[in-house]
Amino acid sequence: MAFTQRHLLGLEGVSAGEIASILDTAASFKEISERDIKKVPALRGKTVINLFYESSTRTRTSFEIAAKRLSADTVNISASTSSASKGETLADTARNLEAMRPDAIVVRHPASGACHLLARHVSCPILNAGDGCHEHPTQALLDLLTIREHLGRLEGLTVAIVGDVLHSRVARSNLHGLGALGATVRLVGPPTLVPRELAAFGAELHTELASGVRDADVIMMLRIQRERQGANFFPTLDEYSQYFCLTEEAVRLAKPQVIILHPGPLNRGLEIASSVADGPYSVIMDQVTNGVAVRMALLYLLVARSKGEEASEGASEVLGDAEPLRRRTGGRA
Amino acid sequence: MSQRLLVTGGTVVDPVGGTVEPRDVLVEDDTLVGAFAPGERGAEGGAAILDASGLLVLPGLVDMHVHLREPGYEYKETIRTGVAAALAGGFTSVACMANTEPVNDSGAVTQYILDRARIAGGTRVYPIGALSAGLKGERLAEIGEMHRAGIVAVSDDGRPVMDAALMRRALEYTRMFGLPVIVHEEDAHLAAGGVMNEGVTALRLGLRGIPAAAEEVMLARDIALTELTGGRLHVAHVSTAGSVALLRDAKARGLPVTAEVTPHHLFLTEEAVSGYGTHAKMAPPLRTNRDVGALRSALADGTIDALATDHAPHHHDEKEVEFEQAANGVVGLETALPLALRLVAEGVLDLATLVARLTVGPARVLGLPAGTLDAGARADLTLVDPERRWRVEARVFRSKGRNTPFEGWEMTGRAVAVLVGGRLVYDDRPGTAAALRSAAS
Repeated sequence: MAFTQRHLLGLEGVSAGEIASILDTAASFKEISERDIKKVPALRGKTVINLFYESSTRTRTSFEIAAKRLSADTVNISASTSSASKGETLADTARNLEAMRPDAIVVRHPASGACHLLARHVSCPILNAGDGCHEHPTQALLDLLTIREHLGRLEGLTVAIVGDVLHSRVARSNLHGLGALGATVRLVGPPTLVPRELAAFGAELHTELASGVRDADVIMMLRIQRERQGANFFPTLDEYSQYFCLTEEAVRLAKPQVIILHPGPLNRGLEIASSVADGPYSVIMDQVTNGVAVRMALLYLLVARSKGEEASEGASEVLGDAEPLRRRTGGRA
Repeated sequence: MSQRLLVTGGTVVDPVGGTVEPRDVLVEDDTLVGAFAPGERGAEGGAAILDASGLLVLPGLVDMHVHLREPGYEYKETIRTGVAAALAGGFTSVACMANTEPVNDSGAVTQYILDRARIAGGTRVYPIGALSAGLKGERLAEIGEMHRAGIVAVSDDGRPVMDAALMRRALEYTRMFGLPVIVHEEDAHLAAGGVMNEGVTALRLGLRGIPAAAEEVMLARDIALTELTGGRLHVAHVSTAGSVALLRDAKARGLPVTAEVTPHHLFLTEEAVSGYGTHAKMAPPLRTNRDVGALRSALADGTIDALATDHAPHHHDEKEVEFEQAANGVVGLETALPLALRLVAEGVLDLATLVARLTVGPARVLGLPAGTLDAGARADLTLVDPERRWRVEARVFRSKGRNTPFEGWEMTGRAVAVLVGGRLVYDDRPGTAAALRSAAS
């Protein structure tokens, strides 16, 4: 089933078929980034605005590279240089950007629901690059692609998500995506950061790292934000680390072929030991690579289609000679 | 010479007697003479006839919790526009909260509000004074001075009184004037940063939640303080099932505790926040189905005394922002009565009981001479067409506030005529204004 939504505001409500279609498209785009000339003309003449109200290196760069490899023109706006610093409301910013006729706006914002607000004021697709504690759908999709590449499937896998689930948009998007694709999700952390109401999302809740990662196929570590210390979610970072830092010892409890993900940036020694982050089970750099492919796929699916052009699932017409490669790698679902 | 008016052909709802029956209501000047069997009193003595055929005739409705925003926030609402909205909603008496600019914490501001209300005319406006100076929660406002000027209660509504000792003194001191203390129960520490009900929906949306316990711990505290002091506690906008249980227990023990609930807490749940619509943002937040059920039962059985709107007009710009930054509150005056009637249609409570919660219930809490059809009472009447079908469109509201969560709802029933002190101050009956004129000539 093709991905037919107008915006990507979150993975909530996105079906398994739609997710698979996005991942297939992304998989077929990966090859472009390996070429000498890393560019296809799919979005030539299109304008993509990156509107970032929070600092970001990885996500913003990833979106910018994705757009450029599809030949779109990109404009980066960050909060410190935008009219937001002069008191302009988000709705007014949206109206002004809309008047410049962009073809897509990529938004990161500290307020949950900011992308929904923007989507009410613009006609072009909105791509959520992280809104408050709500969702970060492209991160979850690149996680899903990475898992699928390494383990061949998602259905039936056990995925342990460890850390500050309460404040994590990455965890929320993954809950929806992993749930849709039939994986079992365990949420692991202190009850202050893994409230029991999360069981309603169909997840198993664990307050002990060992039981949470035991026999897991995938361990996804969340970044613990230093400012949570002092808000009594846990006494000190040191104590948090004693209970929830992913060490080699903990990894040995998981399945032998376990893979370890982290959305970055890493707090080495706090939520993840360096030996684990840099060790053989870590696929963290694959996540970053896949991030570009996933964002290319979404820009392509949303922008090409929004202009009434046919966006086929595999996007084969823009790839030309990439088609054989897609057949070699794209069979996994 | 006195002027007489006979309201004929209607069905009179008497919230005190609990009756709903065909009656004619006779008004002399600004006073009710009484309700009589149809035809018992003719148009003797040149009484004008007000045809209420097919209409319900109620004592004028009382809304004990509105924000009229004047002085200081006239861009949101003025006393004039607020009163116009009240009349259109069928309310003949409203009590307005103190969070104006300047705060109504002095006799001068109270007097100013009363003066502005007199100029606006129509609905009677009863100011509620601040409990603490500047609503700062630190020291008592000059309650006696405001009492002399005409306040009917004290409240720091919107700013929960976190200092238990201050609340204790307020409950004690107000006994001198017989004034109720109206409380907005929300523990500021538990609610800190919260923008909606805490629970699964807040987790899904990534919004900080306010647990039901934030309301309940404060209510439990204040019930204990009421017991300690003998003061009168009135709980504004109750929102949780746990609060209902606390109220029920306090009333069973005979404590002078009363409570109100808003229409939005009776019809909407936290699910309304999905999509981040800021018209679903208010304090206390919309809760769950279970809470709605408990609140409805409590309204029916009298645990909750009054239906009150917490009418909170805001400018469009204060709502068209990120959910976390949006102003709290919704308007309610022009949608409360039809929503209330829907409760009757849904079998939650009977019509006479409902009308009691909109009239004599709140009037007794505030000690207002309103809400009954007793002989000698002021002639405030609300005539309701129970069959009138209409759709909520905020753009035609009399209120300046357009922030309603009920936009587009199909309603049945609305106020079509309002008398205040025997004067017909609002008349939306099709074609009957002319009939009244001809009958009176």
